[in-house]
Amino acid sequence: MESLRGKVAIVGAADTEVGVVPHLSATQLYVKAAKSALEDAGITKDEVDGLITCNSFVEPYMYHAEMIAEYMQIFPRYCLNVATGGGTTLAILHHAAAAITSGMCHTVLVTMADNMLSGLSRDRAIEAMSTAGHAQFERPYGPPIPAFYALIAQAHMHAYGTTSEQLAAVAVACRRHASMNPAAQMRDPITVDDVVNSKMIASPLHLLDCSLVSDGGAALILTSAERARDFPHPPVYMLGVGEGHSHEHISQARNLTTSAAKEAGERAYAMAGLGPTDIDVAELYDCFTPVVVIELEDLGFCPKGEGGRFVEGGRIELGGELPVNTHGGLMSHCHPGHPGSMFSVTEAVFQLRGACGPRQVKDANIAFVHAQGGIMSTHCSMILGKEVG
Amino acid sequence: MMTAPLEKALPVPTGETQPFWEGCQNHELRIQQCSACGQYQFYPRLYCTACMSEQVEWVQASGRGTVLSFTVVYRPVTKAFTEDVPYVVALVTLEEGPQLMSNIVECDPEQVAIGMPVESVFEDWSEDIAVLKFRPALA
Repeated sequence: MESLRGKVAIVGAADTEVGVVPHLSATQLYVKAAKSALEDAGITKDEVDGLITCNSFVEPYMYHAEMIAEYMQIFPRYCLNVATGGGTTLAILHHAAAAITSGMCHTVLVTMADNMLSGLSRDRAIEAMSTAGHAQFERPYGPPIPAFYALIAQAHMHAYGTTSEQLAAVAVACRRHASMNPAAQMRDPITVDDVVNSKMIASPLHLLDCSLVSDGGAALILTSAERARDFPHPPVYMLGVGEGHSHEHISQARNLTTSAAKEAGERAYAMAGLGPTDIDVAELYDCFTPVVVIELEDLGFCPKGEGGRFVEGGRIELGGELPVNTHGGLMSHCHPGHPGSMFSVTEAVFQLRGACGPRQVKDANIAFVHAQGGIMSTHCSMILGKEVG
Repeated sequence: MMTAPLEKALPVPTGETQPFWEGCQNHELRIQQCSACGQYQFYPRLYCTACMSEQVEWVQASGRGTVLSFTVVYRPVTKAFTEDVPYVVALVTLEEGPQLMSNIVECDPEQVAIGMPVESVFEDWSEDIAVLKFRPALA
């Protein structure tokens, strides 16, 4: 299998405004993100010959990518829509890289957005997402999405002694970073006490262990490493990427406390020829606090079972050993649904460009992005760098 | 004990799952066992996931299992579950091996723990549908 290492680069990246954005429809968020990413890359829409979107929950289309192409009046030779979010949102960049290196297209625009908050209302968004469970064998038992992740958290606590205060440290770190990010939806700093005293949703997860419901979009422009040198911003190279897929329904999971992030991470490290100690900044999927703890373990940043202790003492905060979710993540920056992990990628690009102002990680050369979807079901890891090396 | 208000969506059996739901109607937990390799599996499938044999038979499980993990839900998934709050959603490992999701009922949610022995119990939701649940096993 030929390696994609260093063959593709991100040359454009942009977020829309995020959080509460009632004045833009879902479709408008997609095309606004796309326009900003094109401007960031310094190219016109006619230079795009590949287009990838995720479908919108609020304004879905059967051929969503074609709809966005039609709206923008672009006519790509490669046009693809993915129906799901989380890990898939990141994994599709893996596919975009393969499309570029195999000659299916030269320049791919990936745009993803939704307005789960303004388009659906918080209660309807949560109720709509409850259809995640198996219709016959899970949904009759009434699990809201946090309950699925609570099963994982409870198992991790039982096996390794992880505490609610340790889970809370993840939310606190994300919020501290968001407080330094003017774009973030939730910017008021919180403490461990705030998290553990917030309303219990599904034990052991409290309200502040859960991510947000938001509006927002983000877009990226990818092209081959050779072409990438001719753009206004220095390229951010895809050094390694890997996926792991273990189940659809949590009741069928092979293991509750070790996820397919392990396979995804190992594959990405192997492609990049790098390991956990080479990483300067990590943007990890954080739909719920225990997810970050398990990802840190499965991605090799700490031994299995040590994730709870690892996140304590500011180790994952700016200035710590491994700054995590420097934009604030899904818990404090925004979580519009399917596009969630796109903001991890744009933040990694901005960090590697040194463009993050007060939340900039010093000397950030290598960034790790991980996303998961379903209920720890589908995983993708990506290692990005300033140099091919 | 949880009740089944009308608003709760009734599970709709398929050809593949019908024998399971018929078992539930008779308050009997049925799972599949492979005649070729002996593996038990749940949910029901066209063939054995261990050896791919299509000789999978329906057998009655003991109904005994242990709690693999659980959560006490305080914010109901839909209004239909409001009266049940707080309710326990759990993963149960059956004595035969397969794991499944269920509710732990007939006990204080605070008493539920990982590793706790449980046994099957059935809740009649309609004339055709009874839902499999678990309660703490009698010593």
